[in-house]
Amino acid sequence: MKIDETDIKNRSIEELTADYPFITSYFSDNNLDIEDKNHLSLEDKNHLSLEDYFRTFDEEELEDNAIDVELHYRQIAEFVNQMNAFLGQGEDKVKSVTILPGTDKSGTPENFEKMEIKQGEIICIVGPTGSGKSRLLGDIEWVAQEDTPTKRTVLINNDVPDRKWRFSTSDKLVAQISQNMNFVMDLSVFEFVELHAESRMIKNREVVIKRIIEEGNALAGEKFSPDTPITSLSGGQSRALMIADTAILSKSPIILIDEIENAGIDRKQALELLLSEDKVVLMATHDPILALMGDKRIVIKNGGIHKIIETTEKEREILSTLEEMDRKVLAYRTALRAGEVITEIN
Amino acid sequence: MNLVTVSGPPSSGKTSVILKTIEALQKRELKTAVAKFDCLYTDDDILYEKAGIPVKKGLSGALCPDHYFISNIEEVVKWGVEKEFDLLVSESAGLCNRCSPYVKGIKAVCVIDNLSGINTPKKIGPMLKSADIVVITKGDIVSQAEREVFASRVNTVNPSAVIMHVNGLTGQGSYELSTLLFNEKESTNTLVGKELRFPMPSALCSYCLGETRIGDEFQVGNVRKMKLGE
Ligand SMILES: Nc1ncnc2c1ncn2[C@@H]1O[C@H](COP(=O)(O)OP(=O)(O)OP(=O)(O)O)[C@@H](O)[C@H]1O
Ligand SMILES: Nc1nc2c(ncn2[C@@H]2O[C@H](COP(=O)(O)OP(=O)(O)O)[C@@H](O)[C@H]2O)c(=O)[nH]1
Ligand SMILES: [Mg+2]
Ligand SMILES: [Mg+2]
Repeated sequence: MKIDETDIKNRSIEELTADYPFITSYFSDNNLDIEDKNHLSLEDKNHLSLEDYFRTFDEEELEDNAIDVELHYRQIAEFVNQMNAFLGQGEDKVKSVTILPGTDKSGTPENFEKMEIKQGEIICIVGPTGSGKSRLLGDIEWVAQEDTPTKRTVLINNDVPDRKWRFSTSDKLVAQISQNMNFVMDLSVFEFVELHAESRMIKNREVVIKRIIEEGNALAGEKFSPDTPITSLSGGQSRALMIADTAILSKSPIILIDEIENAGIDRKQALELLLSEDKVVLMATHDPILALMGDKRIVIKNGGIHKIIETTEKEREILSTLEEMDRKVLAYRTALRAGEVITEIN
Repeated sequence: MNLVTVSGPPSSGKTSVILKTIEALQKRELKTAVAKFDCLYTDDDILYEKAGIPVKKGLSGALCPDHYFISNIEEVVKWGVEKEFDLLVSESAGLCNRCSPYVKGIKAVCVIDNLSGINTPKKIGPMLKSADIVVITKGDIVSQAEREVFASRVNTVNPSAVIMHVNGLTGQGSYELSTLLFNEKESTNTLVGKELRFPMPSALCSYCLGETRIGDEFQVGNVRKMKLGE
């Protein structure tokens, strides 16, 4: 049941906030103080309609605060409808993403029938610079319907996708974790995760925040506490917290990873955490350990999907050897950091 | 011709986004031009020229840049129509966060960046609140969580806008944006008779007119005093 501007205008603020508790964030983010003593005497405050409330502003105040009353009615109605849709929607899980072929940069049709990516899978994307890796990721994010340069089509759960995947801020298809990201807010780890949980309107907030910090610590080489300012986390700790937060709090069913650096974070465990939260993981990487951890890899050439390779048994054996080598390098790094003298390679 | 007004705080990525978006439009063989409005200085016009994009620039100097914009945009539109561009993009910096150069019936894009702080959406007036499309840039340097929180704040102050993430450096998202900017069925050949979406402030005091001396006796016109209390 949608509401419109007229409904909004004529209802009392008391009713509005009772029916739509989230509406208070609209008022506060738009600097509309609905408790303002100058505007409302205590007894009429609660029964005042929104229209009456705006009438309490004089011309000068409207101009000074750049308040466009008609625009507010429209925006509030839109906001309430969006939030109701968001809160009321069932879990519409993304179980699979299917890519149907388009053309490469020369206009030649891509040589595959269809490519289905399922929940819990890790897919790597490899190919030279400029070959079209980012474009493929872009096609997925935009749920392309033959309307991108590649003319590819992307289906969700084997069906033509809902438009919300393109435009809704609360239902983004893709979340992204990349190498050169930083935290820029001036908050502690706890406050930061809390802010994110609030914006996602999570119910059992305390529990979720605690879990994220625990998982983040499990991934990071060195531990951090809930009171640590996020800007003073090390590179590894930041990445660990970002991954734990994205895995648990982000609603997006697909996670794009643009290389995860080796230092200071357990990458295998990071991927396992993402998969345990029912995500699809897409990784653009040339790191052999990450690439071989994938179930499949997509080879891009001249803008087109050239090949889809399933990781072979032999490759999995090689992966174990690589991981062993990686573990050794890491051990030496730790030893160096601790001021030890390296005596032998074993 | 299609007309799109792009505005946003200084250094939010307007020029970067416009350049990348026009690249995508040029591949579709659409002729696009830019009119750049600024206050004291800009070398954006050189960047556009380098990219082979026809450009006109206007510096408002001592005038309020948004007032200057609205008094000049009609001439710029005439230029665009004469040159038979498919799309004309105006770029202007929102300087005091109070005004916006948006016109009713003309597509309005606001560009803001993830680095500007979580409370920024709250501080920007009609430039953000009445835009049709809000482009958020610099997502490449912040975490997923910050992007999500920032976008949800933008959505709270402007629920009806289309919110897009575009990377001004790599152009990620710019192709997608370009599809929203040009519409074959739309045509704007003049702005005469159209109206601003939101009135500009009626600022006219003695200082607007060149007064430099300080003190009550020199203050005439639209003067307002701070309430300092005790
Ligand atoms: N199938 C295609 N048809 C037309 N253009 C394409 C196609 N695939 C990619 N392109 C274009 O080619 C350019 C380079 O692609 P992209 O940026 O995706 O490369 P990349 O593999 O991510 O490179 P890097 O490794 O440098 O990040 C982009 O402008 C993209 O839009
Ligand atoms: N990292 C990053 N930098 C960006 C992005 N968009 C723009 N920039 C940089 O931000 C600065 C200001 O951009 P510019 O387009 O000139 O902003 P304008 O003043 O709004 O036109 C430039 O140095 C750009 O290279 C982005 O998405 N990511
Ligand atoms: Mg790329
Ligand atoms: Mg600029």
